[in-house]
Amino acid sequence: MSILVDGTTRVIVQGITGKLARDHTERMLAYGTQVVGGVVPGKGGSEVAGLPVFDTVKQAVEATGGATSLLAVPPPFAADAILEAAGAGIEQLFCITEGIPAQDMMRVKAHLGRGGDRARMLLTGPNTAGAISPGRAMVGVMPPSIFAEGRVGIVSRSASMSYEAAAQLQALGIGVSTAVGIGGDAINGSGFTEMLALFEADGETDLVCLVGLRGGPQEAEAAAFARAHMKTPVVACLVGETPIGRRAMGHAEAILAAFDAGGRDGGEDMDGIELAERPSGIGETVARVLSSR
Amino acid sequence: MDIHEYQAKEILSRFGVEVPKGALAYSPEQATYHARELGGDRWVLKAQVHAGGRSQAGGVRLCRSDAEILAASEALFGRKIVTRQTGKRGRGVYRIYVESAVTIAREMYLGLVLDRGSQQVMILASRDGGREIEEIAATRPETLIRGVADPALGLQDFQCREIGFALGLEARVIQDFVRALKGCYRAFHDLDATMVELNPLALTEDGRMLALDAKMTFDNAALFRHPQIAELRDKSQEDPREAHAADRGFSYRELGGKIGVILNGAGLARATVDMLAEAGAEAAFILDIGGGAPPEKVAKAVRLALSEDRVEALLVNLFAGTNRCDWVAEGVVHALGETGTDLPIVARFAGNRAEEGRKVLSRSGLPIIRAASLAEATERVVAAWKADRTGKAQA
Repeated sequence: MSILVDGTTRVIVQGITGKLARDHTERMLAYGTQVVGGVVPGKGGSEVAGLPVFDTVKQAVEATGGATSLLAVPPPFAADAILEAAGAGIEQLFCITEGIPAQDMMRVKAHLGRGGDRARMLLTGPNTAGAISPGRAMVGVMPPSIFAEGRVGIVSRSASMSYEAAAQLQALGIGVSTAVGIGGDAINGSGFTEMLALFEADGETDLVCLVGLRGGPQEAEAAAFARAHMKTPVVACLVGETPIGRRAMGHAEAILAAFDAGGRDGGEDMDGIELAERPSGIGETVARVLSSR
Repeated sequence: MDIHEYQAKEILSRFGVEVPKGALAYSPEQATYHARELGGDRWVLKAQVHAGGRSQAGGVRLCRSDAEILAASEALFGRKIVTRQTGKRGRGVYRIYVESAVTIAREMYLGLVLDRGSQQVMILASRDGGREIEEIAATRPETLIRGVADPALGLQDFQCREIGFALGLEARVIQDFVRALKGCYRAFHDLDATMVELNPLALTEDGRMLALDAKMTFDNAALFRHPQIAELRDKSQEDPREAHAADRGFSYRELGGKIGVILNGAGLARATVDMLAEAGAEAAFILDIGGGAPPEKVAKAVRLALSEDRVEALLVNLFAGTNRCDWVAEGVVHALGETGTDLPIVARFAGNRAEEGRKVLSRSGLPIIRAASLAEATERVVAAWKADRTGKAQA
């Protein structure tokens, strides 16, 4: 089955006339994804890669039946474009834009969480590489050749590390059911937990590989979720063993960290999840857990 | 983006936060002039650097006469201040803020910060303001007062009152507190800040509620819509290489070791640093070229990397999604062709156009060591670095 995207997914690309967006569109089409149109206000009536471009998301949805959006709109306009999609019948949106102001995303999240029609849209990202279900559909900017078809799910904060995970699995002959990035930004849409729930319900995923940051708030939540609600095994790679940060100015961040610290930096927080010992050991840890079932 | 205390006070006072009278000096003479203009008989001289912890480092001086002001400012100007927040390099003092001293009855802590966990604006307050606030947070977290601003509604007056009463403030000063907190929140909200901190927010003996210190940090991603904030940037307070890199569209983080790392993606960066540490080496820096980097941009990154004296080996570790390995290879070859180097260089290309990238490297004839996986990349650069060091030591 895979999660989020498959052969039936119909994709609208917001921002399609941008140079990078064009590239992404062509690569998705080449992969066999059903990309059905694009939206750029003011460019309605034109064409990109043989696909119709519309002025508004509503028009695009009505004309094409697309309910999935890949959003590649520049940061100053991205939050607005996300909200437009939410009100226009888009059911899931992958936002690849990086650098959206934090408060814009806070407002978007608050709005999407409000319930009613708008709450139906599942937001993934921003700053995500998107999602790929190998052999079925690619909605994003990942390099498809490293994803073999198979039954291991990948959910990652980092795009580059999700590629590492997929490549390591491929080298061991292990394939992927779906790989999805939740994005690297502080304020994002779906977190690990939402994706874990989807993988748990997916009959075609035998194990979930999670790539995150040591000490990240969503990572601890994910472990708790896995403990309480999952039968599917989870293997995690948490990077950031070695500290690199310069301190933020002022005390506020440090206070929050001290306040929330309780148990965060110990292994006990990640109970219920098998941890890869090092970033180059994701593949072998997954192989070991799979073969021990 | 960080700003200075005097800038933060100017901004916050426009939003209704009361601050002591003060003026900015660029020289000891100016400092004495301002003190005279301010009047009174006691002044606080504060080094303007982008860091807290100044008092312990001697960056805050109470002065009672022209002579003391001159002496204090002469001692501070041009000096580097090193605090817990500045790192070993410290920050240079080129501006001094001269403020009228006030008599303090109570010091409190008040901070607003974008909390990653709840993804909302969190308000933090404590009855014990001043320097030991982090210790209090670590040892007596139950004394910390917290509030959350609803993203749609904003911070409400009743929330401010609750925090004020929890701080033990009397009814007659609660309104002043509400005004101060709301002012901080509105500034935070309207200007896209990521942090506003008053440490301390003080109650003076004559009953005024004043921000004795103020810090503000702004969301870099939002500066495009706040040109007047962007103008406040002070590069003298930034690491020159980080600023140089940021101005060219890549991110640069300096670390303590000898192996320079160029790559794409924050996750891969952390993983590479972890792997190097495990192999017994440390990265000199991480230079992230971001996504979709054209050859010229990569060439600039390589030149910046090679300009670092400390660097004894270079690793280019790329797992390309929106990048193209052939473009990155071209950038590397171009920069090396111009600059030349005898440092050992390891390149690992994976993902989008990895094969084409490897071909570009082969055709160049440059002695670049190839690696296929993350493990190989870090192992080979550490091995090459050690071998090279031994070779040079014996030579």
